[in-house]
Amino acid sequence: MSAPTTTRAPGLARTGARTPPAPPKRSWLHDPWRKPRVLESITWVYIAWSLLPVLLAIFMSFSSGRSNSTFQGPLTLQYWTGTGFEGDGASLFRDPDLRSAIRQTFTLSFVTMAIAVPLGVAFAIGLDRWRGRPASGSNVLMLMSFVVPEIILGVTALYVVLYLFTFIPLGTPAQVMALVTFQMSYPVIIVRARLLSIGKEYEEAAMDLGAPPKQSITRVLLPLLMPAILASFAIVFADTIDDFVTVAYLSGAAESQTLSMKIYTQTRGAPTPAVNAAATFMLISTTLVITLGYLAYRRFSRGQSDTGVGGFASQV
Amino acid sequence: MRSSDALEPTKAERRRAERAAANETGIWYPRGYWKRFAAPGTLWMLLFFLVPFYVIVSVAFGTVDPVFRSPLPVYQPWWWTFDAAAEAVGKIFGPFRETYIRTFTFVVVASGICLVLGYSVAYYVARFGGRRRTLFLILLISPFWISYLMRMLAWRSLLTEDGYVNGILSGVGLPVVGWLEGKPVTVILGLVYGYIPYMILPLYGFLDRIDGALLEAGRDLGASPRQTFWKVTLPLSKPAIAAALVIVSLPMFGDYYTNNMLSNSPRTTMIGNILDDSVNTSGQGPEAAVFTLVLMVMLLIPMLYYLRSTARELARR
Repeated sequence: MSAPTTTRAPGLARTGARTPPAPPKRSWLHDPWRKPRVLESITWVYIAWSLLPVLLAIFMSFSSGRSNSTFQGPLTLQYWTGTGFEGDGASLFRDPDLRSAIRQTFTLSFVTMAIAVPLGVAFAIGLDRWRGRPASGSNVLMLMSFVVPEIILGVTALYVVLYLFTFIPLGTPAQVMALVTFQMSYPVIIVRARLLSIGKEYEEAAMDLGAPPKQSITRVLLPLLMPAILASFAIVFADTIDDFVTVAYLSGAAESQTLSMKIYTQTRGAPTPAVNAAATFMLISTTLVITLGYLAYRRFSRGQSDTGVGGFASQV
Repeated sequence: MRSSDALEPTKAERRRAERAAANETGIWYPRGYWKRFAAPGTLWMLLFFLVPFYVIVSVAFGTVDPVFRSPLPVYQPWWWTFDAAAEAVGKIFGPFRETYIRTFTFVVVASGICLVLGYSVAYYVARFGGRRRTLFLILLISPFWISYLMRMLAWRSLLTEDGYVNGILSGVGLPVVGWLEGKPVTVILGLVYGYIPYMILPLYGFLDRIDGALLEAGRDLGASPRQTFWKVTLPLSKPAIAAALVIVSLPMFGDYYTNNMLSNSPRTTMIGNILDDSVNTSGQGPEAAVFTLVLMVMLLIPMLYYLRSTARELARR
């Protein structure tokens, strides 16, 4: 930086040919090819295709007609909060069935999150350090629960509740059992990735300074794991709100129906914009949770390298 | 699994090395300390993930109540009967054969489209995303937080008889199409739409990590941009492509709701629908259990492949 700037000889600039024009330093690496117009348009078309139908579905929840496929003005909130409006559809916040579905959706999400994340975090720490054959067996079991298609998990959970663990009734208890099984692998995978990246140095330092094992975990390890734990909370919560297959197989009485089940059954029947309102409500909830999770993630991983969206995304 | 372990140190060697390292660095925890952390999770998984599979096997090879036709699981392997299972497997090769073939066709076509489209998008964002990379990432991640059912609901409204797609078609003077009346195209579109985000993100993650020096080397050695792509980037991304294909195709094999929401006609039935129908029909308990087991066995190899490849990926990092 401190090197004196050499002024170019005026003659050289004019002849030009003797000094080949130096290419801009970074562009060759970052753009070794022509501008990729085709790829760029594919990307934008894909993004539009992936998001516009959903935006339209959100918009449709404010329609005043009975149909949820053609919009009818004016914009209204009647399918969200209305009662006794013309066309007598039920609205999301007034219809007792939909209200009970909202309640059930959030109950399941909270309970699942409260069980799956602590279990998963302890599981991750254990699997990271526990060696031997039982440990690898346990690890394979956990990973299998992550890749098995949800329908298989749902059916096996249903059968175990019906024939062996008959003390678990269908409905909320059975739903929580299956959801926790299905969701536990997320915190395990996220926390293990984080454990790999923080290494053992901090704990070593704590122990060198005389901390007993328990303290080196509660005072050093857990605070370091905080971003991963918060990300897990957000992801498990959001994913449980959207869950359909597991929840549907293990539902019992009408009170154990969730919003996603309502969307499924009503879409196959004669859907009104209330279905769109329900779906939009779920979307708002997950977005809120993920945003909160992201903000908390940022707050707790301050001063560390990868704090941007990319870092959070790699946790996801 | 075992053959690759031969090159690595044995368990005993590794444990000895670890203990030595632990003594050296001064990190010390009591014996069996970590086991206690993993115990609750392991117990949960044993009870609610492994045991259910045993129950499914016991139902599949069990008997049926003669009066109520409800399954009576048999937990002792020496009393298992295989008649019902044989009958169900016979159905797979008989009346359901077409459905199994159709499912494979749908999944192959849908994952193929996912791959071509997803690779292009992931490649563009990873190599040319530039300053807009964060924006692209948010846009590519957002489908994850939109409920799958909502995304199918959105297409259902677009594709109905009086929906906007048909509105545009008739506006241009083309005939109206019954998209939701059992069209394979619609189901494949739904599958692609539903699962392509799961393809793009892992591919992006991989392509983003490719060392730029390798591409430079290709260019320096005289390859054209196109050749660099075909001879360097694409061969490098083979494992990532295989893993991403497995990620999208596994759930497609078990999918029944896409079909039910976008078609609901026997002309597009998939494996998932057969399974779902038999679970919901009373008196078909053992059959549903057999179908579940068959699906599990079918998918076991891709699942194990995926687990292996992610384990390798972790080890490399």
